[in-house]
This record gives sequence, structure tokens and C-alpha cells, in this order.
Amino acid sequence: MTATQAIMKREFRGYFGTPLAYVFLCVFLMLAAFLAFRDGLYESRDANLRVFFFYMPWLFAFLAPAIAMRTWAEERRTGTVELLLTLPVTVKQAILGKFFAGWAFFGIALVLTLPIVFSVAYLGDPDNGPIWTGYLGAFLMAGAYLAIGTFFSALTKNQVIAFIIASLVCAFLVFAGQPSVLKAVDSFFLTSWLTPFVEQMSFLTHYDLMQRGVIELRNIVFMLAITAAFLVCSAVILDEQKAR
Amino acid sequence: MIQVDRITKRFGAITAADEISFEVQPGEVLGFLGPNGAGKSTTMKILTCFLKPDSGTATVGGCDILRDPIGVRQRVGYVPENAPLYDDMTVGAFLKFICEVRGIDAGQAKTAIERVMHECALEGVYHQAIETLSKGYKRRVGLAQAFLHDPQTLILDEPTDGLDPNQKHDVREMIRRMGKEKCIVISTHILEEVDAVCSRAVIIAKGKVLADGTPEELRARGGGRLEDYFRQITVGGGASAAAAGSEKEGVA
Repeated sequence: MTATQAIMKREFRGYFGTPLAYVFLCVFLMLAAFLAFRDGLYESRDANLRVFFFYMPWLFAFLAPAIAMRTWAEERRTGTVELLLTLPVTVKQAILGKFFAGWAFFGIALVLTLPIVFSVAYLGDPDNGPIWTGYLGAFLMAGAYLAIGTFFSALTKNQVIAFIIASLVCAFLVFAGQPSVLKAVDSFFLTSWLTPFVEQMSFLTHYDLMQRGVIELRNIVFMLAITAAFLVCSAVILDEQKAR
Repeated sequence: MIQVDRITKRFGAITAADEISFEVQPGEVLGFLGPNGAGKSTTMKILTCFLKPDSGTATVGGCDILRDPIGVRQRVGYVPENAPLYDDMTVGAFLKFICEVRGIDAGQAKTAIERVMHECALEGVYHQAIETLSKGYKRRVGLAQAFLHDPQTLILDEPTDGLDPNQKHDVREMIRRMGKEKCIVISTHILEEVDAVCSRAVIIAKGKVLADGTPEELRARGGGRLEDYFRQITVGGGASAAAAGSEKEGVA
């Protein structure tokens, strides 16, 4: 077993060692189902999961930072970071181990929403393409949010601060695609050349296509690039901040 | 073996380690002495590659701390100050985790865990969560994790701090026993500890090495008492230290 795997295993088990994992899974599943049914998953009389996927970016924007906030802030607060990073482990391995644990946890959360897929499949004849691409999009998006959460967790010893700032950044990345936000950006900076950049930064722009069943390389690359960028920044920050 | 070569580390305006050099041979227990804030922990963090020195280098277990930090960490057993542990794990799960990270395969890990549980008198708490243990047990778990890979070099940062007299005695016994063949550095500000376990002592204050010798030599220099010598050199140069302290307060 490599060090990365060992750290991943420990972290993953750690989620289930505290009530956090169960609270998270319950809240996530209840909210996901509630929002989907409220918006007429059945009433629309059309076998698809569009309303279910529609809310994922918003749900994840707050739930992913909640999962990620502990990762490094807690290690630094209790001093265990010194124990971990004086074992034969590189900062990169430690960051990746923890990140993959969180990502796998999100994978489980998404798998547990499959009953919604089964019930739609039982009641009608849904187009499976958009469902699987929707899941892929949601999973990739969860990774990107987790990386952002990891970054802010590495930045502070205080979990609450890590959570709030990471949520704000995640929420911004969702809202950036909204017409109202784009209009505000337009009028605030009095130029329109910035707007397409802001729009392209939005998770919605990229996720939207996936939940409709369109897989484009650039959308996948966008999510993975955000993930990688924030993980690299986490490693740099952690290396710099670990002793403080 | 540990060779430290003019290590310097600054935090802003404070020089935590100022050209620190010393050597430790196998079979030696080196006491790293100094008042609080002298730079003991900083030096140990540098030796275990947790911090990078601003200048200077060191060789630990044959590996250079700058060129091969992972090699150093593979060869060293380290107990950080206050022995931080993953409190939510059980003792067994925690020790298994350390074995896994260190790449010890499952079969060897089992014997290694049994060995350290015995050495550190942890039998009976294998299935207990670390957060429910007493301070003495926690500290022994901290030591146990450092012995798992049977390192030839041990770096222990205030291993007896906060323990009761009996627990202190047990930990010192353990260090003395291991010191016969291993190369051990312990930091402390308790002078009696030096007599109890160390074969040599280095006294530092304000990041500088002030004295290096066997406890007997140091005691002779202080006119028979280690306390006197310690006060002489740490407070003697401490007139300026006190001044520097009040300056800092003034700034704050």
C-alpha cells in the first residue's frame, strides 16, 4: 500500500467514525430528493432527471466545503500535521490522499441517489445518456468544489472560516453564469469584454451541457483544471503554512 | 548518526536557530537543553524535515535533510512536542495506519505492533479510542508510533513533559534502554532529566549553542551543580536576552 492509499483509507474511514458522514448523507439525500420532487419530478410526466441535476451545483456549493473544511484546518489546529508530514510522505501525497477520500465519499453520496433513477426508469422510459453524463458532471463538479474547500482549509486553522470562504467562492462560481450576475459585472466594470470570461468561469456553463447529455472535452478539462489548480495551490500553501 | 552543520532558521525578526552545529553518535543519548523558546523544537523540526533551514544542513541516518527528506523520515522516529495523535482512532488502528504509511507490509506490521505495544506497556488499550486515554498512555502511544519501524535514530521533543513522576520514570527507563544501541536526541528544560538519561548535553539559548559536553563536564564547569552552570550561561547572556524580550513587548 502506498502512502497516498494509506492516507486515503484513514480519511475515508474517519468520515464514518464521526456522525459527520451520516448527517451529510441524510441532508444531501433529503435535499436532493425534496428539491427534485418540489419542482415536479413526477408532475412533469416526462421521464428525465433534469430537475434532479438542476440543483446539484447549489447543493454541492455548500456541502463540499462542509466535507473539506476539516481536512487541513483540523490537522493544523491539533498539531497532527507535524506527525503526518514527518512520516515518509510528501505534501503532494498527503493532499491527494485526503482529496481522493473526500471525492470517493461524494461518489458514495451520488450512488445513493440511484433509487431516484430506478423509480424514473420503472415509471417511464428515460433517455439514459443525459442521466449518466449528468452523474459524471456532478461527480467532476464535486471534485472541483472539494479542491476549493481543501485550499481554504489549508489556508486557515479555523474550520468555520474555511467553510464560509470556500462556500462563498463555490457559490460565486455557480452564480457567475447567471444572467443577472453577468449584467451586474457589465454595469459595474462598464466594459463588456470581461463578461465572457466570468461566464466561462461558471460551473453552470460547463455543467449545464453535461446534464443535457452533451460531453465536450473542454467542459471536462475545465472541471479537472480547476481541481488540479486548487490542489496545487493547497500543496504550496500547506508547505508554507504548516508550521504556523 | 546525526551531524548538524551550521543550521540557521529565522521567523521574521526572530532568529530561532543561529548556526547550530553538533553531532550525535550511535549509542549516545543527547540532551538538548535550553530555556523555553531557545530554539530546541525548531531545530528538531528541521532535523525531521518538517521545516527547511534558511541556511546550513544536516545529515540524519546518512541522508541529507535537504536532498533526501523522505529518506531521513524513513530512518527517523520522531515524537513532536505534546505528541499529537489522531484522537478519533483506536490505538490499534492508529498504529496500523502508521505502518501502512511507512510501507511496512501487513505481516511485519503485526509483529512490529505487538513489539511496540509491549515495549511501551500499551497492552490492554489496543481497542480503545486514543481520545479516551490518560495523558501518560497518550504519550506512550506517541512513542510507540516512533518505534514501529525500529529506527536507529530517535528524535524526541520533550518526551516527559506533562507526565507524573512515575510515568516520567517509565519513559526515561525506556529511553535509557534504547539508548544503548540507538542514536537518540531528546529535548528538555528539566535538568534532572539530563542526569537521568543523557550521556551528553548541548545547551542552547536564543538559538545559539552555548555548551556541549557530558553532564559531568558541564557540572564541573558550574562548580558542581548543573543548575548553576545552566543559569550562568543562559541568564549570563540573558541580560541581553531580557532586553530583547522587553524590546519585543514594546513593539507589540
